Amino acid sequence: MKVESNLNSGRTEPLLRVTGLSQQFVQRRTLSRSKFTVNAFSDVDLALFAGRTLALVGESGAGKSSLARCVALLDQPTAGKIELEGRDLLALGRKALIPIHGQIQMIFQDPTSAMNPSRSAGEIIAEPLVVQGEGTKAQRRERALHLMEQVGLDPRSEGKRPFEFSGGQRQRLAIARGLALGPRVLIFDEVLSNLDALNQSLILRLLADLQRSHSLAYLHVSHDLRLVSEFADDVALMCEGRIVEQQDARKLFESPKHSYTRDLLATVQSVDSILLERSA
Amino acid sequence: MRDCWARPVGDCLETLLAVKNLNVAYRSADGSTQVAVENASCEIGAGEVLGLMGESGCGKTSIALALLGLLGAEQAQVSGSIQFRGKELLTMGEREMREIRGSGISMVFQEPGIALNPVMRVREQVAEVIHAHKQMSWEKCQEEAQSALVRVGLPDTPRIFSAYPHQLSGGQRQRVTLAQALACEPALVIADEPTAAVDARSQQELLRLLQQLQREMGIAILMISHSAEVQARLADRLMVMERGRIVEQGRFEELYRRPSHPCTRAMLRAPMAADDAEELDFATVT
Repeated sequence: MKVESNLNSGRTEPLLRVTGLSQQFVQRRTLSRSKFTVNAFSDVDLALFAGRTLALVGESGAGKSSLARCVALLDQPTAGKIELEGRDLLALGRKALIPIHGQIQMIFQDPTSAMNPSRSAGEIIAEPLVVQGEGTKAQRRERALHLMEQVGLDPRSEGKRPFEFSGGQRQRLAIARGLALGPRVLIFDEVLSNLDALNQSLILRLLADLQRSHSLAYLHVSHDLRLVSEFADDVALMCEGRIVEQQDARKLFESPKHSYTRDLLATVQSVDSILLERSA
Repeated sequence: MRDCWARPVGDCLETLLAVKNLNVAYRSADGSTQVAVENASCEIGAGEVLGLMGESGCGKTSIALALLGLLGAEQAQVSGSIQFRGKELLTMGEREMREIRGSGISMVFQEPGIALNPVMRVREQVAEVIHAHKQMSWEKCQEEAQSALVRVGLPDTPRIFSAYPHQLSGGQRQRVTLAQALACEPALVIADEPTAAVDARSQQELLRLLQQLQREMGIAILMISHSAEVQARLADRLMVMERGRIVEQGRFEELYRRPSHPCTRAMLRAPMAADDAEELDFATVT
């Protein structure tokens, strides 16, 4: 099923466009030679715009993370196209892709497992710069300190190891590293779900500020519809590997078209409605 | 702090657990100590649900571990008093404490993937808990385990009973840990973020189930969760912690409508006003 995309009307060209993207995994049954394929996701179309956030929503197992990893060029899709300003990225060779990685960065759910525990905060942030061979050691350090300030971390803690930071601070550290190469597209995979309510809103505020000042395009994977309603401009709903609805966020929450969307929205209840239900 | 609300709702409730001036300080390798809980006092009545909220690192889990006597003397200094059904837990011997763990007070952890043994069938894992507390044959324990698994809404099939944890979904795994926690019909269950690792739909199902079992079995729950929606569904009273101290406690609805501490406001009403966040920023970013 194709979903008509009403995201492009009257707007500029997308920064990143994904068309007909699919990914299959070939697996073998235990103790047998017979193979079978599992579709992680199929025929996905997405468009990311500078300065806007597209939320990718769905239940666990819907294929959100597999899709996000492919868009971040960390995994190979089986079919489809990923274009950055009209340039087909999947047609590029490995060498040509290296600088592109600096343009599209991904930030993961669990910052602890995404960082080398024996490195200091400053080294962790500067790591992408080392990989891309940018600047001298002094320049990289200066950039790392500047980034720490940008994400609301005290630059004086550059020598601390990841475990010395709180969960929220660690996620800020991961964001600083994601920004190191000056990307234009950031992909977030459930970056808020390990945080408490207070840190969630602080991080959301930080992300909104960064998006405004750098005019970044965000793809934000989340299963929390209540949070999505706070930060998303557009929402793509994923169910069993397919995008079933893609809409302007306000329209989606006010008048969901697909029955699956309505189902999912029904699971979101405000504190007020829960209390009302309890007192009844 | 409103002291009048430190007590269970309604006078008819019998006090099940009374915590007075609890202090927990962790020892580190260099001999210094790190205070995790400072002078915490609270009571839980029989069959009551007490919610516990606070930002990460504020000491919620330390309280839970102290209640279960899981903080060893070499690891942490625990002082104050914890009375369960009138008995002091902090001075209790390990043998007696083991009797209480599982059958008096039990716990549901956040990550069922970590809490369960990956190389043991789920029925055996539940049977183990029963076997530790009841004088019954292993076969009988397995039968009881099966009915415990059915009670938490898992399908009544051998496929589930003899499955290993990795063969079950996240929601099903969390039901298995719930079955373990409820198998010996404890008076108090400590639930530490029981629904944080599952998606919205399973979360709703699990909460409904927990609420239903809580009512049927008359168990008290200490519900640790930073989600206001989870607390709204279950908690009778709420306790809010900030940096090791209990800053506010009261009836859930009361605190939700009229929070007096900025931390409570932030916890119950994210998104918050920008100046509120400013005020709290120092707590997280220093």
